[in-house]
Amino acid sequence: MLFNIKNLHVSIGGREILKGFNLGVNAGEVHAIMGPNGTGKSTLAATITGREGYEITEGEIWYKGKNIVGLPAEERANMGIFLSFQYPVEIPGVSIQNFMRTALNSKREYQGLPPMSVLEFNKLMKQKQAMVEITEKLQNRYVNVGYSGGEKKKNEIFQMAMLEPQLAILDETDSGLDIDALRIVANGVNQLHNEDNAFIVITHYQRLLDYIVPDFVHVMYDGRIVKSGDKKLALELEDKGYEWVKDLAI
Amino acid sequence: METMKKMLLDYADAEMRNISAHDTAKVAAMRAEALKRFAESGFPTRKMEHWRNSKIVGNQEYNFSIGKESTCKSCHDFSCVIKDFDTEVIKMKNGVFDEDESLRTLESGVIIGSTMAAMQKYPEIFDKYFGTCKLDEANGFYDINTALWQDGFFIFVPRNVVGKKPIQIIKLIDNKEIPFIQTRNIIILEENSQLTIVDCDDTKCHQASMINSYTEMILGENAHLESYKMQNLNDNTILLNTNTAKQLSNSTLQSCIISFNGGRIRNNIHVDLDGEGSDLQIYGLYLMDKQQHVDNQLKINHNVPNCTSNEKFKGILDNEATAVFNGHVLVAPNAQKTNAYQNNSNIILTDKAKVNTMPFLEIYADDVKCSHGTSTGQLDQEAMFYMRQRGIKKEDARMLLMYAFAAEISNHVNISALRERIDDMIQRRLKGELSSCDTCAFQCGQKEYDFKLDLDKI
Repeated sequence: MLFNIKNLHVSIGGREILKGFNLGVNAGEVHAIMGPNGTGKSTLAATITGREGYEITEGEIWYKGKNIVGLPAEERANMGIFLSFQYPVEIPGVSIQNFMRTALNSKREYQGLPPMSVLEFNKLMKQKQAMVEITEKLQNRYVNVGYSGGEKKKNEIFQMAMLEPQLAILDETDSGLDIDALRIVANGVNQLHNEDNAFIVITHYQRLLDYIVPDFVHVMYDGRIVKSGDKKLALELEDKGYEWVKDLAI
Repeated sequence: METMKKMLLDYADAEMRNISAHDTAKVAAMRAEALKRFAESGFPTRKMEHWRNSKIVGNQEYNFSIGKESTCKSCHDFSCVIKDFDTEVIKMKNGVFDEDESLRTLESGVIIGSTMAAMQKYPEIFDKYFGTCKLDEANGFYDINTALWQDGFFIFVPRNVVGKKPIQIIKLIDNKEIPFIQTRNIIILEENSQLTIVDCDDTKCHQASMINSYTEMILGENAHLESYKMQNLNDNTILLNTNTAKQLSNSTLQSCIISFNGGRIRNNIHVDLDGEGSDLQIYGLYLMDKQQHVDNQLKINHNVPNCTSNEKFKGILDNEATAVFNGHVLVAPNAQKTNAYQNNSNIILTDKAKVNTMPFLEIYADDVKCSHGTSTGQLDQEAMFYMRQRGIKKEDARMLLMYAFAAEISNHVNISALRERIDDMIQRRLKGELSSCDTCAFQCGQKEYDFKLDLDKI
């Protein structure tokens, strides 16, 4: 199994947010995690990616045969875990080109590869930009500065395409997107998806799942998964809303 | 500082005749007047508003000595070569010149060299300009400099002359005593002239010293001056750098002051915009750590209509470093259509580092555009996590953020070879690899390391 979370308990500032979360993901699969606000979806994403301030009181996170609890964020990233942020961060003064080049070469260093040549890198950028239909020159743009919501999300998928992760977590990537941007983003994800990688799609709405078709849908409530099923479950949720989920949790 | 005052007054008593032997009548009168004022008022104290947060005053750890050194015999021993950057060099050691090179006229007609020599050789030019820049608030440092100065650099650009090569001034302190060095500098650009200067203060190793430097800049009509100042001094050095400028119509002054290292640095900047259409752009960057202290005091007087001024100062403070920023823009009642901006932003890396910042606009005209802003904070933690999530090491992410912050200032350096050098120095400074010692004029021509991140394209 590529990725396996066992009985994960996470607290922030003494308050328990995740309360015994379990999830197994095989390579090649797409998992959707749905649920109402405040059930711990973003906490889950932050914990998997190693953000500081999230205290794991119990449980294990296994990735590629290694318990990654306690590893620094950059090491997890270099092992192939990628998070598409719900709110991508603006970094004034750091160009997207330089940012990506530093990130890519950090990963190559981790893998024991030499840094990529400028020529090769520029070619790769161009190719991956096309995948998410970014036509403008990114060379002189600062990371996310002055981008619209849609552009920021496209930029997240572009970065994902550049870094080619094995496990990608999309945290509410669909929120704030119009239908065109949604199509472009989903299209990018579908092109990247293959037998060797897996996606965890965190979303509020069924809409995104029309474009990125999940193999499994999990419903999360109060810090854990209360129901799992196939893609039909998403439709059911869309129909009934989240109220009935709460009963499952009791 | 009473002992120091006494030492200086005693020295004046004994040496004034020698010091002022070649003075013009104007200079001699200014010396006498300033000395009288100094004897009455002495050095400023922390009770004075503009010195409240200063760490320059009220210290008495060192036993300074004053005296004129014999001429600099070893000036040709040091040089500062910047790749692809061809300059005319003025070298001073401990405040004095090499005798052979004390004053020279360049092919373009620009005269550069010793203030003392210029006073003797060109008394008319000298008297016309010397002492014409005003300082709103004369203080003990100004007074004692005016009374006892013995040399400094002199730069004169005649009308309609464009200085072909930038003038590079290298001032090195290397003395066995603990010297109190007073330099008196004057930069004159007559109308329609243009010049770039690069002014570096370096020290050798751990030598303690106090430098009290006073520079006048006179910009005639439509004159254009670019001035880059780099301060890279050891932790035992106290530098008081006063720059006064007077700008006539349509003149432009772009000044960039970068403080890399220094025990205690104070930059007093005073600019009078006296001619319509004049423009002042002043940028500052300070990267301080340990117990270093930097204090930037600016006073910009908009005396006439239609002038612009822009102050932008940024700083990163680590350990227990402290910084002061005081930007004061005064817009006179008739100075309509003034555009004035000031901004100071700081990143503080520890709990113990401290910034006192006070942007200040004083406006008496009613048709102006003025704004000020200041921010002081830590490195953006959201951005840190974002970068680390992309695989960038924590230290590299910190560096990228700090460098991006600092580069906003170095981006204003118009000469690309110089900008590259400054960027390189910023990067090394941020990595803790740039100390006043290893980069003093003896070594800074070589790139000593290969910076891992590619920051060139930022």
